[in-house]
Amino acid sequence: MTDLLLSATDLSVRFGGVLAVNQVSFDVKRGEVFTLIGPNGAGKTTVFNLISRLYTPTTGAIMFEGRNLAEHAPHDIARLGIARTFQNIELFEHASVLQNLLIGRHTHRQTGLWSELFFTRPTRAAEIAAREKVEQVIDLLDLQHHRESLVAGLPYGVRKVVELARALCTEPKLLLLDEPSSGLNVEETDDMAFWISDIRHELGITVLMVEHDMALVSKVSDRVLAMNQGEVLAMGTPGEVQRHPGVVEAYLGSTDDVASLRRTVLA
Amino acid sequence: MRYIFKTAYDQDIRLAKHGGHVFWYGVLMLVLVAAPWLFPEYWLAQLTFVLIYSVVGLGLMLLSGFTGLFSLGHAAFLGVGAYTQAALTHHGVPAPIALIAAGLFSAAAGVIVGLPALRVKGIYLAIATLAFGFIVEEVFARWERVTGGNAGIHLSAPDVFGFKLDNDVSFYFACLVVTVLATLAILNLLRSPTGRAFVAIRDSEVSAQSMGIHLARYKTLSFAISAALAGVGGALYAHKLQFISPDQFNILQSVDLVLMIVVGGIGSVHGAFLGAIFLITMPQVIALGKDVLPAAIGQAPGLQGLVYGLVLIAFVLFEPQGLYGRWLKLRTYLQIFPFYRRGMFQRQKSYLKSDRLK
Amino acid sequence: MQALQIVISGIAQGCIYGLIALGVVLIYKATETVSFAQGELMMLGAFIGLLLMTALGFPFWIAFAAAVVAMGAFGIALERLVIRPILGQPAFSIVMLTIGIGYVARGAITMLPGLGTETHTLAVPYKDQVWNAAGLVLNVEQMVIIAATLVLSAVLYAVFKHSKVGVAMQAASQNQLAAYYMGIPVKRLNGLVWGLAAVVAAVAGLLLAPITFVHANMGFIGLKAMPAAVVGGFGSLPGALVGGLIIGVVEAMAGFYLPEGFKDIAAYVVVLVMLVVKPNGLFGEKLRKKV
Repeated sequence: MTDLLLSATDLSVRFGGVLAVNQVSFDVKRGEVFTLIGPNGAGKTTVFNLISRLYTPTTGAIMFEGRNLAEHAPHDIARLGIARTFQNIELFEHASVLQNLLIGRHTHRQTGLWSELFFTRPTRAAEIAAREKVEQVIDLLDLQHHRESLVAGLPYGVRKVVELARALCTEPKLLLLDEPSSGLNVEETDDMAFWISDIRHELGITVLMVEHDMALVSKVSDRVLAMNQGEVLAMGTPGEVQRHPGVVEAYLGSTDDVASLRRTVLA
Repeated sequence: MRYIFKTAYDQDIRLAKHGGHVFWYGVLMLVLVAAPWLFPEYWLAQLTFVLIYSVVGLGLMLLSGFTGLFSLGHAAFLGVGAYTQAALTHHGVPAPIALIAAGLFSAAAGVIVGLPALRVKGIYLAIATLAFGFIVEEVFARWERVTGGNAGIHLSAPDVFGFKLDNDVSFYFACLVVTVLATLAILNLLRSPTGRAFVAIRDSEVSAQSMGIHLARYKTLSFAISAALAGVGGALYAHKLQFISPDQFNILQSVDLVLMIVVGGIGSVHGAFLGAIFLITMPQVIALGKDVLPAAIGQAPGLQGLVYGLVLIAFVLFEPQGLYGRWLKLRTYLQIFPFYRRGMFQRQKSYLKSDRLK
Repeated sequence: MQALQIVISGIAQGCIYGLIALGVVLIYKATETVSFAQGELMMLGAFIGLLLMTALGFPFWIAFAAAVVAMGAFGIALERLVIRPILGQPAFSIVMLTIGIGYVARGAITMLPGLGTETHTLAVPYKDQVWNAAGLVLNVEQMVIIAATLVLSAVLYAVFKHSKVGVAMQAASQNQLAAYYMGIPVKRLNGLVWGLAAVVAAVAGLLLAPITFVHANMGFIGLKAMPAAVVGGFGSLPGALVGGLIIGVVEAMAGFYLPEGFKDIAAYVVVLVMLVVKPNGLFGEKLRKKV
């Protein structure tokens, strides 16, 4: 059993004239938290969409547990063990939180159409089993109060947690989190950091995430990949990447400006 | 105000959530079983029609209300079922077998219509179903060997393995059995993974896919099941009227079916039944109104169409959740009286943001 | 020669489909809602023209202009009273609303004593005239339809491409909230769009009247405009016209060369073929939600 869970090699995707992702290569080791950072438009979510097979790469390949993802349809990805959250929450608005989470159990379905039409005893047992699994996730993420609420009426912070919960219900090997802390306040972001840590240590799930909040990135990530304009800038530990001059320039402007800023502040 | 104290997951799974459900639906079933002795013949016939249209409405509700695929040509499936039943019973096939065959044939037709659905969405799908409806209607008119063309064909009373359902009461019970079975099937589907997959497809196709739901398979399934129910309803419809012709399955009938689920309340099983009741009783109400209104309005030929249109507009404007939505509001008002606030069921106003990718 | 004759006839009919489809696409481009009421608006336009000529004795061209203006006002009023309150509801509800409007229009006209249930002729000055050119017998009514369509399309193209109003309409359709922030009077624009669509429908109705006569069920022709809009690609104004022309010509050819019944369903077969071959229509845009 290989140490490498996901590896992207020379990944590129072109939309019309725009090269959104250009020769990006990285590996995600089993059990680690790997973060993609970069300014807006760097192509991070595009990489996620490539892994989820919503886009097809123009060149390059993504291997997951030795399988080439390009050979699989988008609905197969969950079955392989990859779950994701979306940047602009894609929940099922007119269903309750509980139903959203139960839909997350879809890949573990054991019943066929006919046994469902007649709601046979195995179907009932499968429903209860699914509910028990979902309740474990609800316990982990403290969603008990919101079980029966329709998603459409929930505040933004709670929805983000429901997205995470739904992804966890698929029992993934790899969890893709797209900006988990965007729109969350300090307290909610702290909770999120704890959960990501729990997911990694207690549930043994590998996490690949896109994030802008550097504090969160430093707190939970093992390795970081910095991207800019579709290309890889730097890869390494959070500290290494944050000190990389190219990364600093992409985020803050040229190193000269940062140096002068530091001089002004420290003076 | 009823508060359900939950101690087992089974309570969320089972159909009757509390004693009140058991009681009221039990009363309903008693009334329905006793109907032939409670209602005069004319109203029993109307009730039979309500049951038949409810079955069709359940199918359309599953397709449009729960899977979000809008069909403007559903009368075609009604017709496929009706003509299949007619053709098979003419050749001596017992009615129940023919009924199942009618459902299967309609399901097959549903799969065929569903094929373009896999590639197109929204208005494109609606137009595709509209086109399909017109084409099927024309096929009914032209394929004279099987359908008798525009002259139509007659059916006799259904023959259940030698037992002829040739009176209103026995046919009513047959329809009741079919309706109850169809309702239970749909309710079972909705509380299991397949039903949830349908809802997922309606609300967000992208995330449904990322949850492992095979879009093509479930969309086709939804079409097949809803077409099958429409076909079964069509077969019963054919036996009830004992005469069918292509113009009974035209665009106006399709719009009537959609009107039924919109007025009933999209997205609820109750809506199918309430909509069917509305569809069957509205002509009666208009007929009653004709005597009250001045002659110029009351006797004018276009009155029914005008009223239908006004009702449709009124429901979309003032009660988008349909009759069932209005009932929910009423029930909530009574349950939490006097704490009901006006904005309780208010929908969030959303601004138009184009889904089109430029 | 006969084939050409049929093609011309098909083009004329196709222009009518195209005009109605144009109205549908106009409304769609501006508000991303689909209106199934265009056919009935066309019928109303024809009836208004008829009433102006028979009851008030207007000459044809005055009646034409007056009917068009009246329908424009009606479209604006319709948007204000019925369409505006439901902005924000799912697309399907709005479709049902427009179907309801169609029912009301059809029912109301049918209820008019003596008028609604009859078929009437509109006394156009060029009625039953023909031109003989290059061995072809050209029906003037059809020629007027084609000419009017060309003129109207050119005007609309200019408006959308070059005027502020047109650009504002496009902005409002893509992101309403942003349009509000930019100071675009979105609601007023929507009213204008519906008025414009009603005007186009009225023109179509008055042009069609000599050929099909004026009666309450005229609006059903509008149903064929939906396939026309889809074939051209929903959201494309030239596409609506091209789609209409394609369907008109295919229909005319089917009526002549194919057995009975194919003419009625030609439009629908064409649209199904198009949806299989090119799901977004000829000039349609790729619909994909960005996540």
